[in-house]
This record gives sequence, C-alpha cells and structure tokens, in this order.
Amino acid sequence: MAENNRAVVKLKERFADSVLDCKEFRGEVTVTVKKESILDVLKCLKDDLRYNFLTDVTAVDFLGQSPRFMVVYHLYSIPNKDRIRIKAPVTENDCSIDSATALWNTANWLEREAYDLMGINFVNHPNLVRILMTDDWVGHPLRKDYPLQGPDREPYKGRLS
Amino acid sequence: MGVDQPLGENIITTSLDSLVNWARKSSIWPMTFGLACCAIEMMATGAAKHDLDRFGIIFRASPRQADCIIIAGTVTKKMLPVIKTVYEQMPEPKWVIAMGACACSGGVFDTYSVVQGIDEALPVDVYIPGCPPRPEALLFGLMKLQDKISKERNSFGSSIGLGERLEPAA
Repeated sequence: MAENNRAVVKLKERFADSVLDCKEFRGEVTVTVKKESILDVLKCLKDDLRYNFLTDVTAVDFLGQSPRFMVVYHLYSIPNKDRIRIKAPVTENDCSIDSATALWNTANWLEREAYDLMGINFVNHPNLVRILMTDDWVGHPLRKDYPLQGPDREPYKGRLS
Repeated sequence: MGVDQPLGENIITTSLDSLVNWARKSSIWPMTFGLACCAIEMMATGAAKHDLDRFGIIFRASPRQADCIIIAGTVTKKMLPVIKTVYEQMPEPKWVIAMGACACSGGVFDTYSVVQGIDEALPVDVYIPGCPPRPEALLFGLMKLQDKISKERNSFGSSIGLGERLEPAA
C-alpha cells in the first residue's frame, strides 16, 4: 500500500500540510501536493530520497472541474530502481507553477512543451517559449477546449454519406 | 519520304517541342526531400530493385539542380514555409508530385497542425494515392508526369521568344 512506501512516509512527515492525496495503483505510487510547495517536495525527493532522474513533466486538462489542470512529474531513482509520480493541481485563473529547472536541467524542454501545448506558466523558467508549435501560434492545442481541426476550420461533424 | 535532306543522312528533322520535351522527360531530377514514411518508399523506388536511374530520374541534393519535387509525406504547418522556400529555389521549369494520402489531402491527420493537401500551397502536377504508395505506384506517377511533360506545347520556345507566347503558371 502507498502508506508503507518509504517516500510517502517521509513526505507525509515532512510536508504534513502540503500532501493532499496518496494513491497506489498496480504498484505505481502517486502523491498529490499543493503547488506552492512543489519545489520543496521535489528537492526533498531528489536530495534525501535519491529520486535523481526526472523522466517527464506534463499536464492534464480536467475541463469543467476545479482546479482545471494537474501538473504531473515522473521521477525515477537510478540507485533504488524505483519510480514515483508527483502531481500538483493548478487553477485556470492562476495558471502557473514554480519551474523545476533549478533541480533538473531536463525540466527546461519538458516544461516548454507543457507551456506550449497546455499553457502552464512555469515561474523562473530561463527560456519559456514554444518548443513544438510555431512561434506565432495562438492558443494551446492540447487544451480540451481547443478545436481539433484548428480555430479557422469548420469542425468535422461525421461522415456525410 | 517527301522531306528533302540537304544536310545528309545523319541529320534528323523534328519539332522543337518534341526535342525539348523528350530531353526534359528523360532527365527528371527530383529534389532529395522526404517528410515521413512515404520517403522510405521513395528511397526504395530509387534503390536497386526498382531503380529510378533507368528513367533518367536521379535525385539531386540541391534545389538549384532539381526540376521536380516529390512531396513525400505529411506536411505540417511548421514545415510548410521550408517546403515553399525549397520550391522557390528550384529553377523553372519545375513540377510537383504529391505522393501519398497526406500530401494529397492531409490523409488521416485531420488536425490543427497539418496542411490539408500540399495543393493549398504548390501547383501539383501528379497526385499519387496510397498510404504509403508502393514503389510501383510512384513509378506510375512519374511516368504520368513524363506523359504530361511530353504533351507540353512551346514552353521552351516562348521562353526564348519564339512562336506562341505562354504565360507562366502562377
């Protein structure tokens, strides 16, 4: 169970009022924390619990719910061969979270991708510009309210035949 | 046979169109330019088994030496300015082949980031369906382009000021 996980125990002890939820599903441990303390949590995981490899930073759009976005960090511990997933909710009105580039350089491009496609603003990122779409692109295409065929086209309504 | 041959037997009389079109269709030099999986089929068409060289079709690595561009794959909106630049760098006369479903119509990628057919940007001469088309299909498309070139009328003559004047296609 997630409660017995060494990292979860440590996080609950150290960040008692920041940890919102802990879950384990098929051996995958997920911890949800408040976005204000995300950098402290990640730093603790990196320095004290040896989760030294940031595999992915991405975001999920829960359109219609509040908070709307969830920023997801996947960490891997190379010495312990162990994975953990950290999530932080981000609201639509204040769509920003602290950048993890101070801890992992690989966060630079991963956060640019999340900014480009989801519109999450990473505070203190050294170069927060688009990475996949063209520089003059308007909007963030992976948001659920972005039209699939683009804003300048009639949406597909099924086969006419 | 009615035509007087005052210059001897090693001179052939023909029309300028026949000569120029024969030369052009027998030496189509396509641009080495691939975008997606269709480019793999294009490479297979150029390789030993199907051997485009026997048609005089030799891939050139510079647009300055190319007179045909095969749009082989999905054209994204980010890639379109690059393709336009390459096309503009090719000298006249030049032809465009849309290879595969993506280049013809966008294919399965009916999305915000993909151009729905390269004919939105370039004048396409031959469309080749398929996903991706087999090398035989690309060969057939290139032979259709050869047919098209051999039917052109006075495109060379008008550019050197002879005969009927043709306006270049926009």
